[in-house]
Amino acid sequence: MLELDKLIGFVGAQIAALVTALGLGPDWVTLVQLVVAALTLIGFASVMVLGLVYAERKVSAHIQMRVGPMRVGWHGILQTLADAVKLLQKEDITPSNVDRAIYFWAPIVTFVAAFAVYAVIPFGRGLVVTDLNIGILYILAITTFGVIGLLMAGWSSNNKYSLLGGFRSAAQVVSYEVPMALAVIGVVMLTQTLSMVQIVGQQEKFYQWYVWRQPIGFLIYFVAATAEVNRTPFDLPEADSELVAGFVTEYSGMKFAMFFLAEFLNMFTVAAIGTTLFFGGWNGPVLPSWMWFLIKTLAGVFVLMWMRWTYPRLRVDQLMGFAWKFLLPLAILNILITGLFVVLF
Amino acid sequence: MDTITLVFFALALLIITSALFVVTSKNIFHSAIFLIMALFGAAGMFVMLEAPFLAAAQVLIYVGAIAILMIFAVMLTARIADESIIHTNEQVPAGLAIALGLLAVILYGLWNTPLTIHGGTPPSGGGHKLGELFLTTFVLPFEVVSVLLLAALVGALIIARRDPGATPRPNDQSAEQTGA
Repeated sequence: MLELDKLIGFVGAQIAALVTALGLGPDWVTLVQLVVAALTLIGFASVMVLGLVYAERKVSAHIQMRVGPMRVGWHGILQTLADAVKLLQKEDITPSNVDRAIYFWAPIVTFVAAFAVYAVIPFGRGLVVTDLNIGILYILAITTFGVIGLLMAGWSSNNKYSLLGGFRSAAQVVSYEVPMALAVIGVVMLTQTLSMVQIVGQQEKFYQWYVWRQPIGFLIYFVAATAEVNRTPFDLPEADSELVAGFVTEYSGMKFAMFFLAEFLNMFTVAAIGTTLFFGGWNGPVLPSWMWFLIKTLAGVFVLMWMRWTYPRLRVDQLMGFAWKFLLPLAILNILITGLFVVLF
Repeated sequence: MDTITLVFFALALLIITSALFVVTSKNIFHSAIFLIMALFGAAGMFVMLEAPFLAAAQVLIYVGAIAILMIFAVMLTARIADESIIHTNEQVPAGLAIALGLLAVILYGLWNTPLTIHGGTPPSGGGHKLGELFLTTFVLPFEVVSVLLLAALVGALIIARRDPGATPRPNDQSAEQTGA
């Protein structure tokens, strides 16, 4: 079948041969291979985000008994491409009272944090940029980095809506990261490894999926992940009626596009991590492994979209109370039960 | 110069320049951002020393928790972010003496430490061994640190708690902002 790892291996070997032919050492081979891998992933991510934005518009439209974009291309399939081109042509406005350096770097930090996670996600059999032995810990660490981008954007914009939006975002992400990390620990206690590839390797059969052994952990992860990516019912940072557009209020053009890109990348990321940890990653019969990974992950993304257009938004105090007074004790209880389970059986 | 040396000097340059900016920057928010860069450089050093677990822990704890807490404090403290900090004061001679003394102690320590280089590969798997040691050999320090952290947590709660009997302060909007 269409397994991509052979193709990747072939391209990698060609690059190695080419770089060596130029008279450069093995360090350069690794460097060039990694740069090519990163560029490929950026290409994949951009195309995927275009698709996700289109999907979001279509899903929302059909849930609300509308038809969504229909004009550009077949059933509006080129609409997001047209929008992206429009966005790139827009003037990049820097308001006069912003803190220029931080205002400039905030979208870059946010995007890099969202994208860096892709280095350790196993997209299929042999399809992973680098199999870190601390994979899942790396993801948790990088995600916290994204918060700094939000705070930088909120503070540097010098605008009360941006500041409040940045605050809300950061507080929410920081709070929900705790139950999320604890939910992940439940799985790690069973797998005895932090490597994403090995975690997938342990879930070959349908009945080995960790969702069956960690149902509470999965629920906590799902709720916390929804909050992490600021999706409804946890989308307070972009409560338009209160905060205009939150921390992106002052941004325009390409910088706005970076935040937008990061948001959709994050949505794909949490679904991909959920797939890897709880639903067997790329394991599946008949179809190629990368296709199974995409099917499972996109199903997760669809559930996130579905929820967005179904549920109303929480209040700020409900949001924080839920994380600290309900999810956190539940996650600790889950760890206790898992620990007993591991020791006894 | 091989790649490792190159990476080492790049990281060292990053750490030292951002550390310099932390103490010389006139804007406290900028200082916090530069501190994050310095901490990131330190994490890079851990990666270079093949201790990825420590690197991730460094980012998770220092960047993810402590630095963000500091930024929050800066942003929540009324107007502190707008003030320019003055870096000079009358204590220059005393400060210089202390700094030089500390430098001397550090240099003395470095000079007298046999920096032997061990061959062999660093232990892989990171977390496993570390966790085991925490709960066997080093269980007492580990528990003491846990109790200390718990005490700090309770202390923070007591300071932050509003007196149930007291009337709310007239200009108190902190609840709205922090609750966000």
